[in-house]
Amino acid sequence: MAEHVVEIRNLHCTYPDGTKALSGIDLDVIQGEALGIIGPNGAGKSTLLLHLNGILRSNRSVKVLGREVTEENLPLIRSKVGLVFQDPENQLFMPTVSDDVGFGPINLGLGKENVRDTVRRALEEVDMLHCLNRSPHHLSFGEKKRVAVATVLSMRPEILVLDEPSSNLDPGHRREIIALIRRLPLTKVIASHDLGLVAELCARIALMDGGRVVAIGETADILGNRPLLEDYCMLDHPH
Amino acid sequence: MEHDFIDKYSRTESFLSRLDPRIKMISLLLFIVCVVTTDPEAFHAFAVYGLLLAVLAGLSRIPIADLLKRMFTAVPFILMTAFFIPFMQGKTAVRAFDLGPVTLTVTREGLILFWNVLIKASLSLLCAVLMTATTRFPELLKALENLRCPRVLIMILSFMYRYIFVVLDEFMMMRRAKDSRSVGGGRWFHVKALAGMIGVLFIRSFERAESVYLAMCSRGFTGRIRTLREFRFAMRDAAFLMMVLASLAAARFLGGVHG
Repeated sequence: MAEHVVEIRNLHCTYPDGTKALSGIDLDVIQGEALGIIGPNGAGKSTLLLHLNGILRSNRSVKVLGREVTEENLPLIRSKVGLVFQDPENQLFMPTVSDDVGFGPINLGLGKENVRDTVRRALEEVDMLHCLNRSPHHLSFGEKKRVAVATVLSMRPEILVLDEPSSNLDPGHRREIIALIRRLPLTKVIASHDLGLVAELCARIALMDGGRVVAIGETADILGNRPLLEDYCMLDHPH
Repeated sequence: MEHDFIDKYSRTESFLSRLDPRIKMISLLLFIVCVVTTDPEAFHAFAVYGLLLAVLAGLSRIPIADLLKRMFTAVPFILMTAFFIPFMQGKTAVRAFDLGPVTLTVTREGLILFWNVLIKASLSLLCAVLMTATTRFPELLKALENLRCPRVLIMILSFMYRYIFVVLDEFMMMRRAKDSRSVGGGRWFHVKALAGMIGVLFIRSFERAESVYLAMCSRGFTGRIRTLREFRFAMRDAAFLMMVLASLAAARFLGGVHG
């Protein structure tokens, strides 16, 4: 049986203002797979992603790499689960690209030479090495998205979690980021409204709505089920 | 959107921009200390300081007009505080202005002090402008960190540098959205709208700060920002420091002779 790198059982989450974001999620992520998470706005996709590296911890219902998400496991889990946020302006917070990509490795306690190496390799993987010493605010949006991916790659994660990787990108840059994600040999969890992207990258899809997983299965089965997608606002040309 | 008021010239290659930022920082401090402690009537000394700055401005390859423009943005504040100094108490009256009930007397001591404040502030400002215009902001931060400046200050400056443009962009986009919908309306209406925008901007920045913090946490932030520092002290840095020291010593010497 394939190994489950993430196991979620009966996960609930309520925000401080009383909004119920997740109500009973059960979900497994299998090692090496690419799992797509789709669903209408406000379905709870981003909230679910924030549970994967312990930014949010609601109850003891998430296990990552066989470990419960607890305070003492956090450093390990955060180094193994690389979370790329939707808005690269929030992901890139240091004054230069190299500082930003180095932020994770330095926190992991790698040595100087090692950090410099890792930073270069991560930027090479996303074709952004030429921007090493630029300031993030001098980059284009597409470049920021790619550097944002590099900032978690530099931590050598096993699981890459992406929130809307193609949002606000023009078709050309969207293609680039899809090709880039496909190249990376990691377990991937991708939340997106972009069904084309999910179809290209993911073998399995979970459809969420109202804080629950309402359907999960092979990509062809889910994306082929037009009535299901229509019910959950995922089609722009309903019949 | 493009904003370049912080690093407009930071990528201009020049002798000054290639110097070790720590050396520039130390030279700036030395310069300011020297200028501030110079006798107000040592005019030769001020001439030497001015000459030194002129040479540095030439080395920086930044248009002199731009340097002066940056300097003059701060001058009004100095004038505001210094405006009444010439009328201060003093022994030798130079001129009196009769304004009906009050008579304002300009004294020699007051004038000297006024000149003193003005010239010292201008020289120090110009030197600071030169230093910041020829140093890339991230390097400036690293130099400060290297020179044991408190960490919290550096963090604040670093986030300021990273996000001031983002916040400005947000503000400009909001203003465009407002302008495209506001046809007519009184002045008061626009002022009220502006107040609302500032409020929204504050809340958005606050929420962004939270998201940024989450992004930091997911990459292992534990309350301390660490970066790789790599400065190399080169021959030209030593040469520059010697030149600065020599000029400052010359200025002080001249000031001593004639002061």
